[in-house]
Amino acid sequence: MDPLSWGAIFTQILIQFTPVWVALIVLYTVSIRYKRRLGLYGKLFDSMIGMIGFALVMFWVFTALFAGVFDLIGTHDPVAQISGMKNKLPGTPVRGAEEGEFAHYLLGGDTLARDVFTRMVMGSTVVIAIAPLATLFAFMVGITLGLPAGYYGGRLDTGLSFLANLILAFPVILLFYLLVTPEIVATGLPQFMAVVLFVCPVVFFAVLIHSRFRTQPSKNIRWLVVVLVPLILLYLSLINESGSKIDFWPLDMFDIPGGTLVVFVSVVFVNSPTVFRIVRGLTLDIKTRDYVAAAQTRGERPWYIMLWEILPNARGPLIVDFCLRIGYTTILLGTLGFFGLGLPPESPDWGSTINEGRKLLSVYLHPALPPALALLSLVLGLNLLADGLREESLRD
Amino acid sequence: MGLFILRRVGVMILTALCLTYIVFFLTNLYPNLEKLAKTQGNFRMSDEAVASWLTDRGYLQSTPKKYAEWIGVVPSFRQVEEDGSVNGRCIKPGMKPEEAPHYCGILQGEWGWSSVSKAPVVKVLSTRLANTGYLMMWVMIVMVPSALIIGVLAGMREGSATDRTLSSVSILSTATPEYVSGVIFIALLASSKSPINQWLASNGWIEGKALFKGSAAKAMETPTFENFTLPVLTIALYGMGYIARMTRASMAEVMTAQYIRTARLKGVSFANVVVKHALRNALIAPFTVIMLQIPWLLNGVVIVETLFQYKGLGWELVRAAGNNDIEMLLGISVVSVVVVLLTQLISDIGYVYLNPRISVT
Repeated sequence: MDPLSWGAIFTQILIQFTPVWVALIVLYTVSIRYKRRLGLYGKLFDSMIGMIGFALVMFWVFTALFAGVFDLIGTHDPVAQISGMKNKLPGTPVRGAEEGEFAHYLLGGDTLARDVFTRMVMGSTVVIAIAPLATLFAFMVGITLGLPAGYYGGRLDTGLSFLANLILAFPVILLFYLLVTPEIVATGLPQFMAVVLFVCPVVFFAVLIHSRFRTQPSKNIRWLVVVLVPLILLYLSLINESGSKIDFWPLDMFDIPGGTLVVFVSVVFVNSPTVFRIVRGLTLDIKTRDYVAAAQTRGERPWYIMLWEILPNARGPLIVDFCLRIGYTTILLGTLGFFGLGLPPESPDWGSTINEGRKLLSVYLHPALPPALALLSLVLGLNLLADGLREESLRD
Repeated sequence: MGLFILRRVGVMILTALCLTYIVFFLTNLYPNLEKLAKTQGNFRMSDEAVASWLTDRGYLQSTPKKYAEWIGVVPSFRQVEEDGSVNGRCIKPGMKPEEAPHYCGILQGEWGWSSVSKAPVVKVLSTRLANTGYLMMWVMIVMVPSALIIGVLAGMREGSATDRTLSSVSILSTATPEYVSGVIFIALLASSKSPINQWLASNGWIEGKALFKGSAAKAMETPTFENFTLPVLTIALYGMGYIARMTRASMAEVMTAQYIRTARLKGVSFANVVVKHALRNALIAPFTVIMLQIPWLLNGVVIVETLFQYKGLGWELVRAAGNNDIEMLLGISVVSVVVVLLTQLISDIGYVYLNPRISVT
């Protein structure tokens, strides 16, 4: 069989992404059709920059979804090594491809004779699974600590701000190296950090519900049970891992694969101080408003004011920062992969594949470039999306 | 002002102590020490042998005590051997115990011994620091003026075509982490396989096979345009976009101010308004941002030095962390923490100094 030409490779890649194009077209048609009824999300479609950014982000979200859940898009197994395909150029036919197997390595093979295209596609699943979730956790931690720091001020604020500045002054890569080495993981330190960091969302939701329904005990208890029981179960099975330092909970539903939890914890740990500072600043500003004074005069409790008066009014800047921060988290995950920290060595995530590809970069260009451009386009999309959101939310 | 600086310095010292303590604690956890004992002594040591090796060298004291010894505020560990000889951290080979100093820590300039480089940490660290300093100098020379020019040009006329173009360029640069831009640069400009280089070489416009070199391994002794451009460009690019966006925002705000309109109405030319009236006020905010970017640049330095094999602080950090070189890691953390905190201090003081509207009291 003949190698494919560049035009044929390009067309074939476009064809491979068919489910993603279909999903994107459906999403955009529906969204633009009903954009007046969709609030801030709908307004996004008034701004060109926002639309481009959103398209780039959703492209990778759909790719991750179809590749990770339905096993579409990718042409081969991301970890399978096919002999004779080592460092082969893009478009090389697979030696001895059987009927029903994809006949080419669209973007060539890497140093271990794996398909670069499939690895790039599968890499998106790692990023899309970890980055938004880690950012969400960082926001929960930042909000739970930032609101009281800004609202109460005083010693609490001084102490928490000092802690936040402490983490911010830490060289990030040194911190990663210290946290992710197997020796430190064996001491259980990252797990203890997980215990502390992941309790923040549970506390957040408990206080959120209790402060709202404090005066209606029956409703309060119903909501608390409905939300907290699954959350606490999730929390316990998240931190509990058989055979490690924290192993007490019998009903362990799932185990996070070794390195992933550590990566997750370090990313949340590094991100939350910045979120804390943003939330604290916003709270300091908003607590001087009249509606806060009105709530105080009504005799509302401090936590009600913080969570149901201040937080909803701080949502604009927080949503914008959330998008930017997912991009930053993606970069951090890439950095971790680039230094070979945390994630398993076989993992197809973009940072690790860039790291593998760079070692032979002066001879073979094709293994390192696809994941690098993929990461670039996702982060660029998130930045453009944040810009579009900022523009549209300022217009109100 | 004096009191403000004093208080900031106090907080800074406290932060530095806390941070170095955390690093000290993490690097001195037992598994790390065990690994150290096995690499320094012998790989097949039994658990008891490891414990006694560590006890003899004072590694098994409590962490606060070890930390105080390492800082140099507590007399350091000594032990009398069975044959009557004395050994300890401060007593170097060939030195009599009576002559050896009792305090030997960071404050006394004793930063320890690097187990990977087989040399004193101070000596290794100073050459690495000089290399990184030289790299950073060029990054600053490239990054700051270009970021300011892009920011001022974009913010001068908000919403114009220039603004749109330059803003897109700065968004693109903030979205490109060093390991992505570095890889793209090497692939396009430093590889003999890249179409650009093949085209240049076929026309005979470049002497070698590629425009630049993909490795800066020789740039420590002889930095040339060929081997030093790409590392500098890679670091500068990521930081540039952020500074440019901040400058643009600040410039756009200043351009809407009353006194700018007054100047325009008086008949001052647009160029003069920008240079003489707007620029001074617009550059206050970017100053802080530039100072606060330095810690970020440190991050980029680690990536770029690893990518281009430039033997600076970041390269040493990766090597020390990968090889459990405890005292080198501690030295690097002291240096980086001091750099980060000093830049924060300078940016705080500079902000107050440049902007008389901010009061510190």
